[in-house]
Amino acid sequence: MKPIRELNPQFLTKEENKENLISYLLETADNYLILGQRLGELCGHGPNLEPDIAITNIALDLLGQVRSFYQYASQLKDDKTTEDDLAFLRKEREYKNVLLVEQPNTDFAYIIVRQYFFDVYNKLFLNALQQSADETLRALAFKGIKEAAYHERFSGDWLKRLGDGTEESHNRVQQAVNDLWIYTDELFHKTDSSRAMIEAGIAPDMLQLREHYYEKVENLLTTTTLNIPEVEYFQKGGKQGIHSEHMGRILAEMQYMQLAYPGMRW
Amino acid sequence: MNLPSTILDVLEEVKDPEIPVLNVIDLGVIRDVKVEDKEVMIKLTPTYSGCPAMDVIGDDLERAFAKAGYQTTIHLVMSPPWTTDWITERGRKALEEYGVAAPLEESADKAALLDGEKVVKCTNCGSKNTRLVSQFGSTACKAMFQCNDCGEPFDYFKCLR
Repeated sequence: MKPIRELNPQFLTKEENKENLISYLLETADNYLILGQRLGELCGHGPNLEPDIAITNIALDLLGQVRSFYQYASQLKDDKTTEDDLAFLRKEREYKNVLLVEQPNTDFAYIIVRQYFFDVYNKLFLNALQQSADETLRALAFKGIKEAAYHERFSGDWLKRLGDGTEESHNRVQQAVNDLWIYTDELFHKTDSSRAMIEAGIAPDMLQLREHYYEKVENLLTTTTLNIPEVEYFQKGGKQGIHSEHMGRILAEMQYMQLAYPGMRW
Repeated sequence: MNLPSTILDVLEEVKDPEIPVLNVIDLGVIRDVKVEDKEVMIKLTPTYSGCPAMDVIGDDLERAFAKAGYQTTIHLVMSPPWTTDWITERGRKALEEYGVAAPLEESADKAALLDGEKVVKCTNCGSKNTRLVSQFGSTACKAMFQCNDCGEPFDYFKCLR
């Protein structure tokens, strides 16, 4: 795919544009980091061997992708900030991930539903990002989309299997769908930085893909005999740094090593 | 890439740490090599995003060239993204002998395009009567298969393109 337009080389020399791009990169990357961390918690704890391996493989892909985003953001920032600083040394309010990805691993149904809700979005997002005016983001999107498609196949297959499975699996996956549905809309919210990046041709306008997203998700839910929840309002706040009570615990676990041994590296 | 044999020898010494029969040339991750005096500049394309082997490959390259008396700089190139089509014919053979089914070639992948099952041959007995056990395997690059005829479980190097 061709970029929709080439980026004006002067664009990033303006401080305001650079700040917005960094903020947009973090907003995107933090989803991968927190979901990757959540999935990583399941290493050795999957319901049986295959999903255990699959889930940790997906975590590995997400953490791999997040590194590229943080590396790019740290290059833009200054000479001192490293990808590790961005991943490990920010405060809770500075993380911009959506609330969906920080939701706990309540049971296998929650893990699969959370993953499917994210994977469908992520695939649409990376597909659209391949037309970014920013060369680095185009490259990351090309790379990431193959993995994202593979993830969606995994979570979608499991969602079907659980929905179509026993009464028990059906009820539990329906519960997970009901509980997590309120977090889906936030994926499409625009922040000031993302608006600026859409304007510049760097970010895709995901709001335009919202309808397509729900069509796809609802289609799968319906074919697997699951009901589509009706909700009064959708939860939001993650993109503004206002997180659920789960976030602090994730960070405590994730940041422990860096805080105990400042500057440590792999 | 036309490389002097001294450089090529060093490159072929460096193996994928997780699949030690595959060297970096056969894996298809080396995009470009420039040699200036005693300095080697290597452009490397990562395979899977989070593959821990990539960091090790980078370190191993530096070590191998240091032994041969060269300084190394490695640049990661993300675009165009690596595909399993870049694994060489020699690499594919080595994989099969090692017991990992090589990624299907484009022509063999038609069935998958039409949403059918892929036909992956058993690395033990050669039977085409195999089944996918898990989409994900022991490393980021592998899926798990089992042969319905001889019962042998085996790895399949997942197709990425």
